[in-house]
Amino acid sequence: MNKCMSLHEVKAVFRDGMTIMCGGFLGVGSPEGLVRELMSNGAKNLTLISNDSAFPDSGIGQLIANKRVTRLIASHIGTNPETGRQMIAKELEVILVPQGTLAERIRCGGAGLGGVLTETGVGTLVEEGKIKLTANSIKYLVELPLRADIALIKAKRADRAGNLVYEKAGRNFNPLMALAADLVIVEVDELVDCGEIDPETVITPGVVIDKIVVSGGY
Amino acid sequence: MNAKEIIARRVARELKNGDVVNLGIGLPTLIPNFLPSGITIIVQSENGFLGLGPLCDEPNPSLVNAGGEPCGIVAGAAFFDSAMSFALIRGGHVDVSVLGALQVDSLGNLANWMVPGKRVPGMGGAMDLTTGARHVIIAMEHCTKDGSAKILTNCTLPLTCSGKVQTIVTEMALFRINNGLVLEELCPGVSIADVRNCTEADFTVSPNCIATPGELI
Repeated sequence: MNKCMSLHEVKAVFRDGMTIMCGGFLGVGSPEGLVRELMSNGAKNLTLISNDSAFPDSGIGQLIANKRVTRLIASHIGTNPETGRQMIAKELEVILVPQGTLAERIRCGGAGLGGVLTETGVGTLVEEGKIKLTANSIKYLVELPLRADIALIKAKRADRAGNLVYEKAGRNFNPLMALAADLVIVEVDELVDCGEIDPETVITPGVVIDKIVVSGGY
Repeated sequence: MNAKEIIARRVARELKNGDVVNLGIGLPTLIPNFLPSGITIIVQSENGFLGLGPLCDEPNPSLVNAGGEPCGIVAGAAFFDSAMSFALIRGGHVDVSVLGALQVDSLGNLANWMVPGKRVPGMGGAMDLTTGARHVIIAMEHCTKDGSAKILTNCTLPLTCSGKVQTIVTEMALFRINNGLVLEELCPGVSIADVRNCTEADFTVSPNCIATPGELI
């Protein structure tokens, strides 16, 4: 099966109202080319799941600045003043999730788990509306899985089967999101033939990757 | 030495050789500059690695600290994804978390992620760090820029964690939280009355309270 597609072809997959996960931490490890295609496609009323909302002029921050997102699930929005402004003006619904809880909720979504128990957020606003339970005399919150229609992720290198290797701190949420969406598209710097990546070094196995796009074209 | 450097230098003396330490954005990132000789720490960066070090070469766009600033790594570093990063944090594998605060109180509560209706940066990793790290140290200037107290009887802003803070270091004093706020050290030139004037919370003075030794300033 040929998983490779051009950046131009990616545009056709986006629809209004979709839930989209996007890898990256303050733009590092973010699939810039895929986000550009989503920007130019014009899809709106999006629910976006990402660690943060980056900066107003880069990465997924542009989607916020262009009012394409109606609901954002993230751990941190402080680097994009536009996100805070839209939230306070009630133009954008922002659901803030502790970063480790966000990672685990996405992991659960991709791993077939019904949720996790965590102490994080107990005694804070984060516990509002959540199931709480006590086990082994410790109070926990029940945090439920997150999934998306599409995950947009970034890796350094893929082989044609979709096996992925990441680069430094660019890994972050990408390997978790790779399992947690109905359609998973990876943008890579480099595409190689099968056999060229040592199987011992593969971080994300190719079976979870649906489409591969090479940065800057292909 | 300015207030931030005084604080960073004192926090550095809290760290033990081999400690795995997560440093919050801003002031805490100064701490490695003040480690005593013979003390080596392993810095954890919640965006996905252990072994954060100073930037020595050209910046690499894929290598930034949790504040998004270019950084380096030391020999022996390891990269991982965000689930592993927070498994290390929540699982008790991080010895010390050093963070700033908007408010901290005598019950060990911390508020550092939102001012309702005004500024809502989000909690990032702070809730997980304060829940999971073995020793939570607040490193901050004693008062706000307009002179208001930040060490309170009860935090009034939304909490980051409940009852997890153990140590507070400011440019005036060092407190431990142990069934209430206990003053353990005063910076040279600072009196107990000075500290009371700048601290809304009541505190007891440890019988062993000392002036922070000069070599620590």
